[in-house]
Amino acid sequence: MRREKIIALALLVTALSAISGLALITAFIFKEGLPIMLTVGLEKFILSGDWYPTEGAFGIFPMIVGSLAVTAGAMVIGVLFGLGCAVLLTQFAPPRLVSIIKPSIELLAGIPSVVYGFLGVVILVPLIRENLGGPGLSVLAASIVLGIMVLPTVTSISVDALQAVPRSYREGSIALGATVWQTTHRVVLRAARSGIVAAVILGMGRAVGETMAVIMVAGNTLDVPGSILDPVRTLTSNIALEMGYAAGDHRKALFATGVVLFVIIMILNTIALAVSRRRARQAVVR
Amino acid sequence: MTKWLLTAAALILGLLVLSFGLGGRKQGALAVVGSTSIQPFAEMIAQEYQKSHPGRYVDVQGGGSTAGLQAVANGIAEVGMCSRALKPDETGYAAVTIARDGLAIVVHPSNPVAGLSRTQIRKMFAGDITARNWSQVGGDDRPIRIITREEGSGTREAFQKLVMGKARISRKALTQESNGAVKELVRHDPGAVGYMSLGLAHGLKVLAVDGVEPLRAAVVSGQYPLVRPFLFVTRGEPSDRAKAFMAYVLSAPAQELLETEGLVRAQ
Repeated sequence: MRREKIIALALLVTALSAISGLALITAFIFKEGLPIMLTVGLEKFILSGDWYPTEGAFGIFPMIVGSLAVTAGAMVIGVLFGLGCAVLLTQFAPPRLVSIIKPSIELLAGIPSVVYGFLGVVILVPLIRENLGGPGLSVLAASIVLGIMVLPTVTSISVDALQAVPRSYREGSIALGATVWQTTHRVVLRAARSGIVAAVILGMGRAVGETMAVIMVAGNTLDVPGSILDPVRTLTSNIALEMGYAAGDHRKALFATGVVLFVIIMILNTIALAVSRRRARQAVVR
Repeated sequence: MTKWLLTAAALILGLLVLSFGLGGRKQGALAVVGSTSIQPFAEMIAQEYQKSHPGRYVDVQGGGSTAGLQAVANGIAEVGMCSRALKPDETGYAAVTIARDGLAIVVHPSNPVAGLSRTQIRKMFAGDITARNWSQVGGDDRPIRIITREEGSGTREAFQKLVMGKARISRKALTQESNGAVKELVRHDPGAVGYMSLGLAHGLKVLAVDGVEPLRAAVVSGQYPLVRPFLFVTRGEPSDRAKAFMAYVLSAPAQELLETEGLVRAQ
């Protein structure tokens, strides 16, 4: 019994230290970043496009737009292919095929982001530059690279959601004479909707936060992009690019960029949590 | 299960011991940190130095000029590498010029333009309406794609001072975080123009500036307008090993090595 208690205590300590890590990070980012946001003025910081750190002008609007544009593009690609994969794996594919495709997609999660970035620079960027025009380093390139990077997240969580749909729904629909495809999109996808939304939002969180691969393929200009062939700078790349040198107010402004990023990711996670709670409640009602 | 855990524990322990072991060997290394423009040259010199001075180790790291100065100020590194002149507010450092470097304006090898004036370069990088297409400066009809370095880079600050003056580099400039990344872009994009250390610009077309080809003679004589110092920076009284390394860098064999690599000697 005593041993049991000691183990429980030890586990509690590890759990608490993980949480205190999160608390420390949060406190530190806000402590370093908030003051400069307030001195510059929240509105100016978020809505101004002038980022001249050496002259004391800190406006991150183009980077917010950049982050959102790249993430939106990544989600179009990630959701299209991820959800497609998930539907194939749960509804159509024979078990043998599933046992090949599923681990391969999960393997994508294990590839380091520099490798994605490098492939992007070497293969994707020249392809875009030569066939579509523009510098190649672009919203499009970043979206494609990120879209592939979020595939495992979107696919595996969607697969879980689709598998959680009770067998009876499917069987009932087929018994009524519906085809497999009709069953899939009229019954199964609808029943799994909240799980799929959670998958999309978690994938979005991953896309917003990715840094290395984006720095390599996005071009990092300070301008608001006019098309998907224009280069952009995201919030994360701004921090990573300038962190090494920044001192004084510039450094604080980078922390403030982190605060904005933090808030965006918190909002996404809260939505994901709320959606999956709703899903759990629905399951209970069922 | 227990067996598995034991194996894992043994593995982790082994790795830890190994990493401490490796760390231990580096204990006596002199840390030289800073500009990515100087880094490759410093690494070469460090290698020669370690060969001719057995038992001495020099650990060269990049990070950027400003980061190097900060590392020296914080005591993380003994020697900082800085690829620009010190600014008036950067006081308390002792700087030694180890070499001088031409700042090359680089374009794709297929670009027919042979040279530009500093005013033209400034207009290009400022995004001026009169310099957005190569045809406006005597080249093909192709949009000019400007490539700059990130804020805080010594190369960028040298470029800002030598070419831009008070003008700002355009927001539309692509920003890359190393000489290597700039080179990679320029080498593959026929419309690109960038700037980098002359010593690193192999494989690219280097433009004449104000009518002067960036040849060594022109850099030495001061005719080529874009020249910046490469500095080794210390703070306070340098240790013996730092002094020894700095003395070696300024010695004849090291200076010759730098010269064969495309830099211009300090004196």
